[in-house]
Amino acid sequence: MKREASIPRGATKTVIYVACVFLSLLSIFPFWVMFINATRGTYEIQQSSIALLPSSHLLDNVRILLGKSFNPLTGLMNSLIISCSATLCAVYFSSLTAYGLAAYSWKMRQPFFTFIMAVLMIPAQVAAIGFYKFIYAIHLTNTFWPLILPAIASPAMVFFMRQYLLGTLSLDIVNSARIDGAGELYTFNRIILPIMKPALATQAIFSFVFSWNNFFIPLILLTDSKKYTMPIMVSLLRGDIYRTEYGSVYLALALTVLPLFVFYFALSKYIIGGVALGALKE
Amino acid sequence: MRRRSVSYAKYGYLFSLPFVLAFLVFSLYPLIYTVVIGFTDLRGLAKTTFAFLADPFLNYKTMLQTAAFRLSLSNTAIIWVVNFIPQVLLALLLAVWFTNRRLKVRGQGAFKVLIYMPNIITAATIAVLFNTLFGYPKGPVNDILQSLGLIHTPLNFPLQGWTSRYVVSFIQFWLWYGNTMIVLIAGILGISPTLFESAEIDGASSFQAFFRITLPSIRTIILYTLVTSLIGGLQMFDIPWLYQFGGPDQATMTAAVFIYRQAFSGSYLYNRAAAASMMLFVIISIFAGILFYILRDKDAIVLNKQRKALIREAKAAAKLAGEGAAT
Repeated sequence: MKREASIPRGATKTVIYVACVFLSLLSIFPFWVMFINATRGTYEIQQSSIALLPSSHLLDNVRILLGKSFNPLTGLMNSLIISCSATLCAVYFSSLTAYGLAAYSWKMRQPFFTFIMAVLMIPAQVAAIGFYKFIYAIHLTNTFWPLILPAIASPAMVFFMRQYLLGTLSLDIVNSARIDGAGELYTFNRIILPIMKPALATQAIFSFVFSWNNFFIPLILLTDSKKYTMPIMVSLLRGDIYRTEYGSVYLALALTVLPLFVFYFALSKYIIGGVALGALKE
Repeated sequence: MRRRSVSYAKYGYLFSLPFVLAFLVFSLYPLIYTVVIGFTDLRGLAKTTFAFLADPFLNYKTMLQTAAFRLSLSNTAIIWVVNFIPQVLLALLLAVWFTNRRLKVRGQGAFKVLIYMPNIITAATIAVLFNTLFGYPKGPVNDILQSLGLIHTPLNFPLQGWTSRYVVSFIQFWLWYGNTMIVLIAGILGISPTLFESAEIDGASSFQAFFRITLPSIRTIILYTLVTSLIGGLQMFDIPWLYQFGGPDQATMTAAVFIYRQAFSGSYLYNRAAAASMMLFVIISIFAGILFYILRDKDAIVLNKQRKALIREAKAAAKLAGEGAAT
């Protein structure tokens, strides 16, 4: 206590606030430059690449951007279809598996759970060569199936859902549903899923973001520009056709960030809560 | 009663079936297929037939002798270390500040939201954005450094190997320290407040409380962060690929970038890329094994031991009773 008093708390707090404001600005700065420059002409940006206020070249940039291979609407639609479907698959089947693990007593239950724990960390990327050759052999490259269906097996989500169910599920509800003559799947769909809503929402957010931001697997599977997802569209900006069109490059980047910004700032409370929850799952 | 419990057990299998099927088809099969390809001569776009090599480990030997592969491993290690050490230190400092009950930092919610934000944005977008920000001769970073008088002529960031490695490390750091901070805050908030209260009563300083209570209590969480970051770091692809395509002069070529280049460009050396992937997989598995060991279900292990002990006792008792009956 005495040593503490020798450093005035006010000074400590000033240091903390200065550091936090600096770090917050560091988070915002690149995006701020991006949004402002999306409205500025290439010539203006070449004169000075940072400005405080937007300029009037937004429409010019839109015209230049759309005149080339970058098609934000196609990317947005494809990404939405893939991310929503993958999220639905992941959330529904993970909950179902978790329920199977939590509610029933079966011989392979413990070995299966240990197995899920063991494959939790297997990264999809190391099997990418075999995955690509397999998908190529069954003629599913340039389709969305190989980007959606693997989400059915999401070990980390099963793990999380099981922990949640162990804490909230009371078998009395299940038993009374059985007495009322409900089938097991019906009980799961109508009684268990609603109970799991908070966990479903958190996991859905992360599943969606993961799928939306996924770059490597779509990069090796999608070669047809009509099937490109948003991150693949972004990678086109590194090509030669946009080399000198700074304004439209910034605009294209801004278009990919904007939906995520809206999503994040609307749900930030749940997202940050979810990260904290994920940390405590052990 | 017994008949009913038997009939319900099948639902455990049934409900796990979709997971198991999807896992077998989309995870296990590709993994085994990758292992197989690593022992074959499969190369060339659109080629699907292959033969096993006379020397099964030829691809592995070739990879280990390839300077670029070894370079990609050391690049990955450098980029990861340079990003992780400052990341965990800053995250720890912020977590301690935000959880200190005496300091009561205001606006925490807003700071957390802003500091975590980059983590949610598409890595591909971030990489292209930073490539633009570090532009030469005109770019926002060069402009700032010049207007601050730190440099007189613009720096050619894209051409310098070490600078590019640091920029990639910085991007990774910037993307992830918010996440690590929130994880550590959750860990610190999980420590029983009475520990801090009694330390306070005993006259412990903030430093003592940190080193004697906070740090030992969140050891597991720090280890968890370390291993997950390591496993993610070993697969780092989006940022180094879209920032500089692994350049300049292979300075930001990580292991994942190397594998991608081997398999999906040039002469499409699927077999060598598969061998390199498997070596990466072994490295990741070792780290994942460590994490698995740390996170193993301790309660379940204790229960299991107790159950086994009970069974042993029951058996011993039955044996004794049997012997008693026999004599």
